Amino acid sequence: MAELTLKSVGKTYAGGVDAVSDVNIDIKDGEFIVLVGPSGCGKSTLLRMVAGLETVTRGDVHIGGRRVNDLDPAERDIAMVFQNYALYPHMSVRDNMAYGLKNRGESKAVIEERVAEAARMLELGQYLDRKPRALSGGQRQRVAMGRAIVRQPSAFLFDEPLSNLDAKLRVSMRMEIRKLQQRLGTTSLYVTHDQLEAMTLADRLVVLNGGRVEQIGAPLEVYRKPASTFVASFIGAPAMSLLDARIEGGQLSLAGHALARLGNAPGPVTLGLRAEDLRIVDTGLPMRVEYVEELGAQRIIHGMVGDQALAVTDTHDTPLGPEVRVAVDSAKIHLFDAQSGRRMDKRLQTVSEPAE
Amino acid sequence: MTDTPLNMVEADQTLVTRLRAWWSGETANPAKRVQFDRPLTPWLFLLPQLAVVVIFFYWPSVQAVTSSFYLEDPFGFGSTFVGMENYTDALNSSEYLGTAAFTAFFCVVVTTLALSIGLLLAVKADKVIRGAESYKTLLISVYAIAPPVAGLIGMMFFDMHMGPLKDLAAFFGYDLKVGINYWDTATALIVIAVWKQIPYNFIFFLSGLQSVPVSVREAALIDAQSGWRRFWDITLPLLAPTAFFLLVINITYTMFDTFPIIDVIVKDKPANNPMTLVYKVYLDGFKGNDIGGSSAQSVILMGVVALLTVLQFRFLERRVHYG
Repeated sequence: MAELTLKSVGKTYAGGVDAVSDVNIDIKDGEFIVLVGPSGCGKSTLLRMVAGLETVTRGDVHIGGRRVNDLDPAERDIAMVFQNYALYPHMSVRDNMAYGLKNRGESKAVIEERVAEAARMLELGQYLDRKPRALSGGQRQRVAMGRAIVRQPSAFLFDEPLSNLDAKLRVSMRMEIRKLQQRLGTTSLYVTHDQLEAMTLADRLVVLNGGRVEQIGAPLEVYRKPASTFVASFIGAPAMSLLDARIEGGQLSLAGHALARLGNAPGPVTLGLRAEDLRIVDTGLPMRVEYVEELGAQRIIHGMVGDQALAVTDTHDTPLGPEVRVAVDSAKIHLFDAQSGRRMDKRLQTVSEPAE
Repeated sequence: MTDTPLNMVEADQTLVTRLRAWWSGETANPAKRVQFDRPLTPWLFLLPQLAVVVIFFYWPSVQAVTSSFYLEDPFGFGSTFVGMENYTDALNSSEYLGTAAFTAFFCVVVTTLALSIGLLLAVKADKVIRGAESYKTLLISVYAIAPPVAGLIGMMFFDMHMGPLKDLAAFFGYDLKVGINYWDTATALIVIAVWKQIPYNFIFFLSGLQSVPVSVREAALIDAQSGWRRFWDITLPLLAPTAFFLLVINITYTMFDTFPIIDVIVKDKPANNPMTLVYKVYLDGFKGNDIGGSSAQSVILMGVVALLTVLQFRFLERRVHYG
C-alpha cells in the first residue's frame, strides 16, 4: 500500500517515436486509477514503465516515495495482471501463486496461508492442484489475480485483464475486481480501452490520447465536463455528437437555427451534444432520421442536421416520421474551441428555449 | 444402438452379396465413412511409402537377422549355419566390448556437449536484438556442411603435419597425434561431432525459446529477480519438450550419423583407433568380409537402440510438460 507518483514521465522508442510524453499523475494510497484511451495512445506503455518492463526515457516514477526508475521489476513491490493471464503453464495453480513469494524468501507457512486466503477469496480452492490448461478463461484470470494478491504488493497493475473474456463474464469480473480492490485497499493502476469499464471501475480516470494526458478526473466529472472534443467523444455511449456551429451577434446557431444566447466571442465553435440531454419535441431543431437503434428501455435516433450527424436518446416508442424536431437545453450544451478542441466556458445570457 | 437391426439384415445376405457390398463400400457406416468409399483405395495411396519401408527397412533387417546365424564364405561361395556362435563371439571379444564402451562414452559426451552448448548459444542469441539475423545465420550455417566434409575440415585442423590445432597443442607442450594416439583421436572425433551438431540443437532451442510467451517471461520478471532462477524455473521447463526431442535426435546422431566423420578420421590409420559400434559393423562386414559376425553385431545394435528408445519414452517423457 503506497502512493504512486509519475512526474513528467516520457518514453521515446529507439527510432525516435514518442509513445508517452510529459505525464504527471499523483495517485493516492488505495486509489483506483484507470488509464483509458484508444489503441496506441500509450496507456500500456505507461503501465509497463511503472512495472519496469519498459525503461523510462524521461521523468521519474515513485512508488511509496521510492524512485524506482532504475529498479528491476521484481524490486518495485508491484504485482501485475496481464491480458492473456501469463500463467506458468507447467505449474499448478498453487505453485503459480506461490512462485513470487518463494523467490522473496517467505516461509512455507506464510506462503501456504496467503495462498489459502487468496484461493478462498477467489473461490479457487478446488482448483489449487490443477494446471492452468485445465481451467476456463475466467478461472485463469482469477489465478492471475490470486498471484497478484498473495504478494501483498504496494500496487496492483492491470493490463486490460478482462479483454479476453466474454461480455457477460467481463461484467461480473469487473465487479469482483472492484470489490476486491476496495476490500484490500491496494493502490491500483488499471489499463483499458473500454470506456464503460473505465467509468465503472475508476476512482479517477486518466484519459490518454497520443501519449498525452487529455484529462484526469472522477468518472462523472469527466463525463459532465469533458476537457476536450477527444474526451467528449471517447467517454459516454453513445458518443457525444460534435457539430460545427457559429456564434454570431450573441447567438449560437447550428445549420441556420439559433440554439442559445451566449456572451462568448463570435466565431466558429464546436458544439457538443449528449444524446441523453436531447429530447424529441414538436418544435425545435429539425433532424433527418437516418436509423434507429432500439435498446429496449430506450432508443437512440441517429440523424442528420444539415450535413452533420446527431444522436438523440428517446424513451418513447411512437413511430417516427422522416424528420423529427429536437429540443436542445442550452444549460446542457458543451462548447469546444473549433481549432484546438479544448473546452470553452459558455457564458449563457438568458436561459431560453431554442428560438424559431 | 441402431447397429443391431442393421446387423440382422446383413446376416440374411449371401457371402457374394456381402463381399460385393464390402468392395463397393456399402457396409461402411455412412456416419463413420470419412473419405474413401472403396476399402482398397487408402492402401493404394499408402503403397509407395509402405514399399519404401519394406524394401529398405524390413527386408534388410530380416536379411541381417538371418545371416547373423550363418558363417559366410568371404568370397560368397556358401554359408554354414552356426547358430548363436556369431553372437557369442562378438560378446566375448574384448575388442567388441571396448568399442561398445567407447560408443557409450562418445554418445554421452557428444550429446551432453552438443545440447548444452547449443542451448547456451540459443539463450544468448535470443537476447541479441541488433543484428540478430546475422548471428543466427552464422551459427546455423555450419549445419549446411555435409558430415564427410565436416570430417575432412576437422581432419585438416587436427592433421599431424599441417593442422593448426596440432601447432596449438605443441605450443602448450603437448604432442597431438590424431590417428595414432587413441585418446587424441577420440578428442578429435568428439570435437568434430559436437561442432557438427551444435547448429541443429541451436535452431530448435532458439525456436523453443521464442515460443515461450513474452507475457510469461514478463510475469517471471516481476516474480523473480535472479535471471538464473527465471531460466531454471520457467524457461527450462517450457523448453523441456524441445530438449527431449533433441535428446532422442542427438543420441541417434552420435550412434549412427557420425559414421562419415569417423570414417574420414580413422580410415587407413594404422593404430588401434576409437570407433563406434556402427563403424565396427561396417569395418568387420565390408573390410573384414565377416558378413555373419557383422550381421550379429548389427542385430545387437538394433536391440540396444530399441531398448534406449523405450527407456527414453518411459522414464523421461513423463517429466516433460507439453504446453
